[in-house]
Amino acid sequence: MEYHLQTPLKKEDIKKLNVGDIVYISGEVLTARDEAHSRILELDETGEKLPFSLKGAVIYHCGPLMQQTENGWKVISAGPTTSGRMSKMTHSLLKAHEVRVIIGKGGMECIASEMKNRCVYLAYTGGCAALASKLIQEVKTVHWFDLGMPEAVWVLRVEDFGPLIVGIDSNGNDIFGKVRERAEKVLENRKR
Amino acid sequence: MKINPNNFIWSIVNLLRKAEIELPEDVKSALIRAETIEENQVAKSQLQAILKNIELAKNHGIPMCQDTGIMIFFVELGTEFHPGFDLEAAIKEAVILATAEIPLRPNAVNPLTRQNSGDNTGIGIPDINWKLVPGNQLKITAAPKGAGSENMSALHMFNPKEIEHIPNFVLETVVNAGGMPCPPLMIGVGIGGSFDAAARLAKEALLEPLYTPMNSFEEEILEAVNALGIGCMGLGGSITALAVHVKTAYCHTASLPVAINIQCWANRHASVVFGGEE
Repeated sequence: MEYHLQTPLKKEDIKKLNVGDIVYISGEVLTARDEAHSRILELDETGEKLPFSLKGAVIYHCGPLMQQTENGWKVISAGPTTSGRMSKMTHSLLKAHEVRVIIGKGGMECIASEMKNRCVYLAYTGGCAALASKLIQEVKTVHWFDLGMPEAVWVLRVEDFGPLIVGIDSNGNDIFGKVRERAEKVLENRKR
Repeated sequence: MKINPNNFIWSIVNLLRKAEIELPEDVKSALIRAETIEENQVAKSQLQAILKNIELAKNHGIPMCQDTGIMIFFVELGTEFHPGFDLEAAIKEAVILATAEIPLRPNAVNPLTRQNSGDNTGIGIPDINWKLVPGNQLKITAAPKGAGSENMSALHMFNPKEIEHIPNFVLETVVNAGGMPCPPLMIGVGIGGSFDAAARLAKEALLEPLYTPMNSFEEEILEAVNALGIGCMGLGGSITALAVHVKTAYCHTASLPVAINIQCWANRHASVVFGGEE
C-alpha cells in the first residue's frame, strides 16, 4: 500500500501502516541525532521546556549538509544517518513525547515493542542525500546550533518526502529484525 | 619538479570535489549490475534510488551523501619529486577551502569534548598516509570516509592457529552491521602486519578497483556474505556486498591480526598525479 501523510500526525494516521508499505510525508520534519537526543533527554529530566514541539512530530535521523546564503540556510545534501546509534535514547524519548514517525536508515534494535501503538519507523535509502535534498522545500529554523551543523535540530518543510518504507510498524513488526534473525541463523548453520 | 603551491591547493580542492560528487566508474557499474541481478523488489527499489542519487549528485554538482566523511588521503611521493613547500600544510589548507567551497559538512570533532572544529581539520585530521616511491611523480588519492560504515569495522588479534576462523569473523561483522553501514558493501580485509598495519591494509583494500579479479578465498567470503540475505539497506535481498578484497602482510610468528574495514555503497575516492615529465 502507498500512503501520503500530512504532519502533525495523529495515532490513526500511523496505525494503518504495515511493514513494507510505502509512505510519503508532507509538512514539518525535525532532524535529530546523538547530541540532540541527549539534550532532549537532559531537558526532560530537569523539566525544562523544549524550544520545539514533538507532539505528533516526525523525527528525521539526519545530520544535513547546509550552506548559509543571503536568504538563510540552504539544504545541500540531507540523507538519513544510522538510526541504531539512537536506539537506547529513543526508548526514553518515546515515553516522554508523542513522536509518531522516525525516519532513518538501518533500523533500530529492540524498539519494536516500544513503538507498539505509538510510533512507526520509516526507512529512507541510506546515502541518497542528493535525492532527499530535492524533497526539502525550506529550512524553517535551526535549534541548538551550538551542537555543530550535523548535530543541531533543523526544522524542515518537506513535500511528499519519500518513498519511505515502513521498516517497523505500530503492531510490533520489524523488517530489519526479521532479516537479522535470518542472517544469524544462516551464520549459525555455517558454524556447525 | 616544482609546483605552484596555490595551484596545488586548488587541485586538491577539485580532487575532493570529484570524490564527493562523482562515484568511480567501477563502483557505479557494480551497482548497476546489482540492480539488474537483485530480485527482491524492496531491495531493487533501494538500488534504483541509489542509482538515481548518483546521477543527481553528478548532474547538480552536489555531494552524493550528506556525510561527506572524514578527510583521508593516500600520498605516494616520488623520491625525485621535490615540491619546495610543505605538502601537509597545503593539503590541510585545501581541506579548509573545500569545506567552504564544495561545501562539505564539518565532521571533525574533538573525540572527548565533541566540539566541532567547523572546518574538517584538527589534530590528526586530515589523515594523510605517506608512502615514498621511486620516481618523479606525486600521486594523491582522496578517500573521504563516512561514519556509518566506518563504525561497523572490526579488528581481532587471532591465535595463529585460528586461520580458518577468518571467514566467519567477516560474516559476524557483516551480520552485526546489518543495514547500518548502507549495503551493498565493499569489504576490505587486512590480514597480518601488526595491530595498526592490519587496519591500514584493510582500508587500502577498499581502494582496489572492483574489476580486479577476486581470488578463491575472497570469492568464498563474498558468496557467504551474500547468502546471509541482508540485502541493500538491510531490508533483505541477495546482494549484501559487491566485493571482498584481502590484503596481506607478514606478521609476527605468534600473531595473526585481522582487520575488516566496511565500506558503504558510496565508495568515494579520486586520484590526481603531479609531475612525471622531463
